[in-house]
Amino acid sequence: MNWGEMKFSVLLYGMSQALRLAAWRYAAFARRLAEKNFTAQIRTFDGSVARHFTFRNGRIASGSGLHPAPDICISVVSAGLGARLFVPWVSQLERIEAMKNFDFKADGPDDLVVWFTQTLLMTRSAGWKYGTAMPDGTTRFVTNTNGGPLFVYVKDGKIVRMTPLEFDGDDAGPWTIRARGKSFTPPHQTTIATHSLCGKSTIYSPHRLLYPMKRVDFDPKGERNPKNRGVSGYQRISWDEALDIVAGEIKRCKTQYGQGAIIANHGSHHTWGNLGYYISSAHKFFNAISHTKVVHNPDSWEGWYWGAMHHYGYSMRLGQTETYSTVEDLMKEAELVVFWAADPEATSGSYSAHEGTIRRQWLHDLGIEVVHIDPYYNHTAALLGGKWFAPKPATDTAMALAIAHVWITEGLYDKQFVAKRSVGFEVWRDYILGKEDGVPKTPEWQEPETGIPAKDVRALARRWGTRKTYLGAGGWGNGHGGACRSATGIQWARSLACLLAMQGMGRPGVNYGHLQWGTPIDLHFYFPGYADGGLSGDIENTGMPISLYQRMPQLPTFNPSSQKVPRLQIPEAILEGKAEGYPWNGKSIEGQFKKFSYPEPGHARIRMFYKYGGASIGTMNETNRYVKAYRTENLDFVVNQSIWFEGEAKFADVILPACTQVERWDISEFAGTGGYALHAQTQLNHRVIFLQHKCIEPLGESKPDYQIFQALASRLGLGAYYSEGMSELDWVKRLFESSDLPKHISWKAFLKKGYFVVPPLPEGRRDPVSLRWFYEGRKKDVPEPHPLPGDYGEEYLKGLQTQSGKFEFECSSLKRFDPDDPERPPIVKYLPSWEGLHTKELCERYPLQLISPHSRFSYHTLSDGKDSPINDIQEHRVLINGYYYWVLRMNTRDAAERGIKQHDLVKIHNDRGAVVCAAHLTQRLPRGVVHAYESSACYEPLGEPGYSVDRGGCINQLTPKRSIAKKVTGTAANSCLVQVTPWDGSGELLAAAGAAVTASTAAHKSSPQPAMAK
Amino acid sequence: MKKWNLIIDVAKCFGCQACAIACHDEYRGNEFPGYAAEMPNHGSRWIDIRQREKGHFPMVEVAYLPVTCNHCDDAPCIKAAKDGAIAKRADGIVIIDPVKAKGQRHLVDACPYGAIHWNDEKQLPQAWPFDAHLLDAGWTRIRGSQVCPTQAMRSVHVEDDEMQRMVREEGLEVLHPEYHTKPRVYYKNLDRYFKAFVGGSVAGAIGGVTECIEGARVSLHRGGQKVAEARSDPYGDFKFQGLDEKSGRYRIEILDERFERKSLEFDLGESSYLGTIELAGKPAARA
Repeated sequence: MNWGEMKFSVLLYGMSQALRLAAWRYAAFARRLAEKNFTAQIRTFDGSVARHFTFRNGRIASGSGLHPAPDICISVVSAGLGARLFVPWVSQLERIEAMKNFDFKADGPDDLVVWFTQTLLMTRSAGWKYGTAMPDGTTRFVTNTNGGPLFVYVKDGKIVRMTPLEFDGDDAGPWTIRARGKSFTPPHQTTIATHSLCGKSTIYSPHRLLYPMKRVDFDPKGERNPKNRGVSGYQRISWDEALDIVAGEIKRCKTQYGQGAIIANHGSHHTWGNLGYYISSAHKFFNAISHTKVVHNPDSWEGWYWGAMHHYGYSMRLGQTETYSTVEDLMKEAELVVFWAADPEATSGSYSAHEGTIRRQWLHDLGIEVVHIDPYYNHTAALLGGKWFAPKPATDTAMALAIAHVWITEGLYDKQFVAKRSVGFEVWRDYILGKEDGVPKTPEWQEPETGIPAKDVRALARRWGTRKTYLGAGGWGNGHGGACRSATGIQWARSLACLLAMQGMGRPGVNYGHLQWGTPIDLHFYFPGYADGGLSGDIENTGMPISLYQRMPQLPTFNPSSQKVPRLQIPEAILEGKAEGYPWNGKSIEGQFKKFSYPEPGHARIRMFYKYGGASIGTMNETNRYVKAYRTENLDFVVNQSIWFEGEAKFADVILPACTQVERWDISEFAGTGGYALHAQTQLNHRVIFLQHKCIEPLGESKPDYQIFQALASRLGLGAYYSEGMSELDWVKRLFESSDLPKHISWKAFLKKGYFVVPPLPEGRRDPVSLRWFYEGRKKDVPEPHPLPGDYGEEYLKGLQTQSGKFEFECSSLKRFDPDDPERPPIVKYLPSWEGLHTKELCERYPLQLISPHSRFSYHTLSDGKDSPINDIQEHRVLINGYYYWVLRMNTRDAAERGIKQHDLVKIHNDRGAVVCAAHLTQRLPRGVVHAYESSACYEPLGEPGYSVDRGGCINQLTPKRSIAKKVTGTAANSCLVQVTPWDGSGELLAAAGAAVTASTAAHKSSPQPAMAK
Repeated sequence: MKKWNLIIDVAKCFGCQACAIACHDEYRGNEFPGYAAEMPNHGSRWIDIRQREKGHFPMVEVAYLPVTCNHCDDAPCIKAAKDGAIAKRADGIVIIDPVKAKGQRHLVDACPYGAIHWNDEKQLPQAWPFDAHLLDAGWTRIRGSQVCPTQAMRSVHVEDDEMQRMVREEGLEVLHPEYHTKPRVYYKNLDRYFKAFVGGSVAGAIGGVTECIEGARVSLHRGGQKVAEARSDPYGDFKFQGLDEKSGRYRIEILDERFERKSLEFDLGESSYLGTIELAGKPAARA
């Protein structure tokens, strides 16, 4: 026996002892050993070293040499390699390379292989301790959510309370900003969004899916009754039966129909965690089985992505500019902040809880003026005060152009910057002044469009033009949400970009932001964001190739199918068999021009739908389409993997119950998204990284997504490939090791405490202010790895991503693509909304403009419904006659004209559908505008699904499916005409809807809703 | 000795509901014997955020008023309770005993602030117990204070003398002092919720073009007395705060040397926006 053989065989002997020792020391491990009876063999290919392990009723027998009939066999090409792969300090790169080169193989049933390898690894993790014992007998764990991190206090396996993190003396302290003779330091704690603070109630919600279910009249071997989706009830089945059906359907669809027959889709936001996130576990599985990819549109960026990007680049950020150190610059230099379609106090910067709220309180201390431009007197305006302008929805562009008119005619702009750092200004200027079309875009011109008096626009333009002003556009300050999601969203974002360029973007005190992004935290500490792909191995569709693929070597995954469907056209793809769209591509400005079509040549039509989550009906547009698409024979099979029984989960044939993030292991960072929202942590007052503890056992029979996918993968022979033989906690540790954390904290300490605060940079080493380099004509100096080196025109790091490297008032990319596109001409022009006050015939029938922003108290569909206390917040839902109705806000006089009083039930409707809401009468909206948040979790049709009135509150049934513009794929949810009438109690849509009206309230009382199994 | 008090800054409350949801998280699903029985899942707002809209489009304000158990030093509920079911602790906190109070529905009506809630399932009157079980276990502040993003809600543990000093220096008030219950919950900027404002926008023609008039002197008069004065802002807007609702007839005078003096009268009900007030140009001879 040579040295390598000796080492390997000693190692294998040691493993058998380690198994026994762990079973002796840890009861949980001993219980695990009792789960399976089988024999595993580990050997070299040539059998020179071999050991077998027999598991029988919890006992282990092990011997060296070859077993005559092992159930599974793990083999390595040589004893030398084996001696390196089976040690705790294994090089992951060598392990992955050995697998890729077929030098390290596993044979036998996948579920046994994965169980065996995970068990071997568990000999190390079985004794790991985590959580902090508290004086009251609870144990304090840590988790992270879409709305901020939480301490989770658990007693007897049950969550007692969840609180934000209060840091202790061992944690790094906060930063201080000195501005105008004062010092500002944020509190030494994290904040929490209300929709996450209610987490305990949604975790223990009675709407949780606790076991796998099958639709009662679905028989995969017989009658499938697809038309009964959404109507017939469910029966409980075992995990084995559920997984067998789903795996069987995957195989059947692939072999019967061919490439592309399975479509897979997920919501925009999963429960938090880099490994459990959809971009990780789900992507890996869907790539592994091959699927028709659903292409998500940049739905919170639309106007910035399809529009503003052409003026200045920033394709990686989907058309939003860099955001470094703008908090300090604003506080030191700015005199005015213009909040335009911006309600950060309601939308919390998506993932950053209330971190920005305290900073905006400092505006008062600093004496910085604010104004708000939004059709709704939003919550940020209500808190901060300041002048409010309420343009009619989707007319903001006209207001912006009139501001430019004042600046041009009165000389109130940075002429030097425009001359040196931009191109095409003269062309746009001539349009503004009316030299091109004979119509000067004066404040008087915009008045009938926007409803804003000309004098007010002039006053704002003069104030803005004579003061150093930050433009806080959208919820992030540099875009995101609001007016960019309308038929004029592209124009709006473009016109704002042009306004800021006129004021010299990057000049001290002149930039994008409203203190939401740009705190002085340390961004030079590596920890991946969720968009970096986690364990997905997906190097084509995530941010993984930038750093994580090198730092955490893993098996790559590729989707063999190139067939794609735009998310907004899934119903057309299913029902009509055709769809087309333009992609979300952050690589270059031109990435968005490449049109794709469904079906892809030579690919199969979609026959199976694997849906992850249940949010489509609440969050997409004209969503009765989705309901109809589920109820068609065109789909053989629908599986839904969800946490709660709500929304479209009720339209599946088989439901797989997933658990929440507090019931599984994960690792993540507060607001750490990576990718398209790189350095989103600068929204935070403290950069914090978490080991997300498994705080409680999964409820009922629910399972972590990772385990569900792994079990399915095992049935397809992909279990070892999917899991690399590892459990979630093993992956957590791998990700920990891939980051900069080990340089600062040991695994043991991190696992126990559950978080690490990254110290802020010393004052002198803070990152440069965004765009200052551009303003001053220097090379780019902010820590942003974009544009790609090849996308600079002249010299690396010199200039913007545009063809000229300058800000382009006249966009060369649009001139190259289609200079004659009336919806997106090379210079930004005003074109009234294709659904709005200019569409006279429609407006006569539906005279009210509906805006449907992101909700304040729920996060997309998270925390809405589910019997959570959020429903008791009267701004969110109102309890009337025993049902919690969604809220519709309308001007008091509009309501009075319709005979509507406070909290009356009203029907809001148009040709696309009708929703019953509770009316809230308000002065916070101008006349003619109604407001209801999007994203209800509940869809409750009062008759035939898809063809009747909904009382669940899915406002998006009413919003148009039409894309913002013909040559883009984007939502225009905020361009929507409706009528509101008192509700007569009927479940029928208006006859005008032209839909088959088949049910009434009476039918509803006979319960058309699918019921959960009892 | 030090006692517990709560200070709520109404101007900083924007209705995020974090304190109310934190309260739900603490008391839903949990029993704290001696302090509180479990809270019903729905309907009991132990911390209730009331909301008011003031003014008219486009000059509006939104004010929020968190209302909870006032932990009164002279609490009507303590007097109304039988069997000593409600007691005042030495640290000022009022606790409804979850055992002794069972069935005492009249206690709901005993509270003039509506802060005692009836738990139908348990047949129990309940109120927010100042998170006393947490404070007793070493917490330094209440849960609402921990989650408040604007620090509008502060739990303060001080001697009564110190508290009264803060009341004077910070201009703190209590809800309905006329009830004489001596609440331990204090409010800052309470006017924001209860008082009215009146505002308007000043405009005038300059060079033949209607403009917002900045810097006009606007004075508010009542009963022949000038009660307040303000300058219009860059948008021509002015606003007078802190007026009593339904306080009757007022007159506003607007002075700007470029224009004729303007005067208008109105009756103040709730907060109101007087709209755009156009100033007439002075005759050319005097201009």
